[in-house]
Amino acid sequence: MTTVFDPGAAAAEATDAILHDTLHGTARGVVVDSPPGAGKSTLVVRAALELADAGRPLMIVAQTNAQVDDLVQRLAEKSPELPVGRLHSSDADAYDKALDDLPNVRKSAKAGDLTGLPVVISTAAKWAHVKTDEPWGHAIVDEAYQMRSDALLAVAGLFERALFVGDPGQLDPFSIVGGEQWAGLSYDPSASAVTTLLAHNPELPQHRLPVSWRLPASAAPLVSDAFYPYTPFRSGTGHQDRSLAFAVPSDGSGPDRVIDEAAHSGWGLLELPARHTPRTDPEAVRAVATVVRRLLDRGGAATSERSPDATPLTADRVAVGTAHRDQAAAVRAALAELGVTDVTVDTANRLQGREYDVTVVLHPLSGRPDATAFHLETGRLCVLASRHRHACIVVCRAGVSELLDAYPSTEPVQLGTLVKFPDGWEANHAVLARLREHRVGWSP
Amino acid sequence: MSLISTLARLEAVSTGRAQAAATVRHRHLAERPLVLVPLTTAGEAGAPLGALVGTDRDAPRLLVVPQPRDRDLRFAFLAELADVVLPYIDAYAGQVEAAERNETDPETGKRVKVEVELCADAPQLIVPSRPGVDFLRLLGRSMRFRRTAEQDPETPYPAPPRVPLLGRWLTHFGERARVPGSSLLLAMTDVLSRHWATGQSTLEDQHLGALLAWIAPPEGSTGAEAALDAELARDAKGQLLCPPAGPATDPAFDNKLLAPAIERYDRARTALAAAEDGLEADDRLGELTAAERGIRDLVLSRTLPTWEKVWQGLDLLRELPVGAHVEERWTRDRWSFTAHRDRIAAGEPPQPRRDDAVTAANKLASREREQARLEAQEALDDPLVMAGRRLSGEAFTGEVIEVVMAYSESKRPSPRPLVTLRTDDRPHLGERVKVYRSLGGKPQTAEFVGLEDSPGDGALLVLRILDKMGRGKEPEAGSVPEKGDRLCFTLFEHEQRGGPKLPDPEQTPWTHGGPPGEAVAEAADPTTAEDVL
Repeated sequence: MTTVFDPGAAAAEATDAILHDTLHGTARGVVVDSPPGAGKSTLVVRAALELADAGRPLMIVAQTNAQVDDLVQRLAEKSPELPVGRLHSSDADAYDKALDDLPNVRKSAKAGDLTGLPVVISTAAKWAHVKTDEPWGHAIVDEAYQMRSDALLAVAGLFERALFVGDPGQLDPFSIVGGEQWAGLSYDPSASAVTTLLAHNPELPQHRLPVSWRLPASAAPLVSDAFYPYTPFRSGTGHQDRSLAFAVPSDGSGPDRVIDEAAHSGWGLLELPARHTPRTDPEAVRAVATVVRRLLDRGGAATSERSPDATPLTADRVAVGTAHRDQAAAVRAALAELGVTDVTVDTANRLQGREYDVTVVLHPLSGRPDATAFHLETGRLCVLASRHRHACIVVCRAGVSELLDAYPSTEPVQLGTLVKFPDGWEANHAVLARLREHRVGWSP
Repeated sequence: MSLISTLARLEAVSTGRAQAAATVRHRHLAERPLVLVPLTTAGEAGAPLGALVGTDRDAPRLLVVPQPRDRDLRFAFLAELADVVLPYIDAYAGQVEAAERNETDPETGKRVKVEVELCADAPQLIVPSRPGVDFLRLLGRSMRFRRTAEQDPETPYPAPPRVPLLGRWLTHFGERARVPGSSLLLAMTDVLSRHWATGQSTLEDQHLGALLAWIAPPEGSTGAEAALDAELARDAKGQLLCPPAGPATDPAFDNKLLAPAIERYDRARTALAAAEDGLEADDRLGELTAAERGIRDLVLSRTLPTWEKVWQGLDLLRELPVGAHVEERWTRDRWSFTAHRDRIAAGEPPQPRRDDAVTAANKLASREREQARLEAQEALDDPLVMAGRRLSGEAFTGEVIEVVMAYSESKRPSPRPLVTLRTDDRPHLGERVKVYRSLGGKPQTAEFVGLEDSPGDGALLVLRILDKMGRGKEPEAGSVPEKGDRLCFTLFEHEQRGGPKLPDPEQTPWTHGGPPGEAVAEAADPTTAEDVL
């Protein structure tokens, strides 16, 4: 290697190209693929400000109210003078009360009250109810890979041109009823918005953000190889830029040893003995809770490029990820018993787009007798394995790779649909193979 | 699979009998359903071999295609099927009642009430199994684009009159069957496995004989034994004692009985065509008739057991009292039936081969709404289904321990009473999570405030009631729970909100390919060399 990879320059170059196509290009749409933590939100905010500066009326479509509120706050932080409209539902608590403190943010449940503002932000579900005679000149669609094609259909009439931003590796949108009837159609309503958009407009410029600022140097290669084999990305930081240290030494137990392994290498696999268990496996749940308790008790301190001084690892910097809601509820209950509150415990779906210093993950296939499409879904594992800035600890029962071999993917192949690669089977194997290098056995 | 259905299946294994999965019937059963037991030919998709059809349990009509690859015989079969099915449908299309519907006035754009006709009842088709539903859909597709000689004198292989119409109806029934909770076209195995949990897998439950064996095992036998018999037992000739519910037939039947019979028929037909004089032709016609009767007997022998089982299933289902919301869902089926009747009467073309983007999105959205509605209504109608939701943390019942009056902090304070409930359930409640209970058939909303320390068993939940208490300062009588009441709250909503209105198909945006353009009349699949013998 003769050239040194400069992450900052690579990212800036990609961003400039995106903004150029957005502001000066002729295409009606621009698609940006962003790996986990690659500065997607920063890009959205920057593009929004530049479009507003250029005097183009802009609407922003996000998928959840939390994402909308977060974007409003980021916009106000960057440009406090910019008048922003927050379109919200007519339910009680429709938006984050923190927005009330921002003087230039106007909030309303009626789109008519917000006309004329340079930027109006809302969820796709709310935008779908808006009717307008004069479409917006520009739109930014955030988390476009998590938006369903039918949701885009409902809002696409509101804008003339759009910037679509999202992470193709995360969870695909889903529907609670079967949509096989439309599989293979270019406008399959249960497919993702980007799939439909590109099927009809293959000539649209597509960009990619090449650097993950969230994932540490230890995690980026694994996540990139396992989930983005054809569109690799790099970590924005080097191995020396981040470190995690604990004041209290290990007591030699499994949880402590896996914490040390993860602090040292970025990954830890706490392996429980093989066993078929119910979804809310009490032993695995207790192991997750114990690891979290020890993480907080041992006085962790995280050093990163953001601050030269170590910041303490507090409960709000730790998250637990599970596949199912009942597992999350069981972990919450176990944590409450150990006196831990304030640690986020949620499913992969709800952790999308979030960032923590350390994550503890209950492996989706742990203790299962079978591997269903739900548990094999590539995006689920990708979300769970890419929320951390420092370390990720996976709690799992032994025997998952044998389980994978016993249950190869058996989803029917539909004509005309894009086969997603890597499939969940392949990605799960890739991740497990790497995690095995950081295995710690359970000993209470 | 939910925890309660796993438990029910385990219990079925240990007791040897299927366990109730519902205490009420969750699907509408017509007084006079049309039962249809179709069979298909191996090796060719959508080539019917025969069917047993009718509304009278004791007098089914047998329709047979003696040479399933012969298109003329197939058309004759479809025409006969149309003669049975269409009069049955027409009988319902004529009986209407007046109803109101909200429509958008094309001139003012306002929502106005319009007086319309609603069919007083709708026809109901019942097939033995889910592949039967797919088969009807396939038949519908193969027929609806055909042209009769009357519609198009130039068409090379004109379909008999009414066959395209049957295709449109079967397509409609097949499409409606995809809507959760609909009952226009039911598969008996689906309905039975909704109401009983057996000790076998859901895949095995698709075998009607095995499923009924678990639900009503013969005297002196367990469900598992009877189900195994139903699946595997064969007679001395190697034929299954309980033929599969179809439409696919058992390969042993195809090879040992059906193939020789069809060969005999083919030979007799060729011989008849080659007959040189009337006397010879008479003899050979006799042989042809005998060969045809042979095939008819074979088809009857494979469909009649299934026919009996479908009616047995209907008997079992009719013993259950009907669920409270079933009527409401059937009314939606009646609207769907009426709408299709009107489309045909208005001379609209058959359903297109593929939905356009807007239609597909609308269908998906309405099916998702119906699924959520069905799940909520089944739980509200049936304590056993609700128990499953309680077990999975989506609902809870409890006794009211205390009610404290409180008011909202606004200029005109409205009542927001705090209700403390003791429950043994473990709902997944978070701060300010909304919960709902049924109050006189309407949902009343409350929000979770917090847990209180419980001295005894169970947990003490504090809820704040939010609505349905009237406009006054004092809540209306009966609208606030009282101490000692046993209440059931759900975390899921009881009623579904309507979705957003999508653009008209002519307004399909550029992201979805733009407007689909003028509708072109779709032709039937072109005839290939294999199609014509």
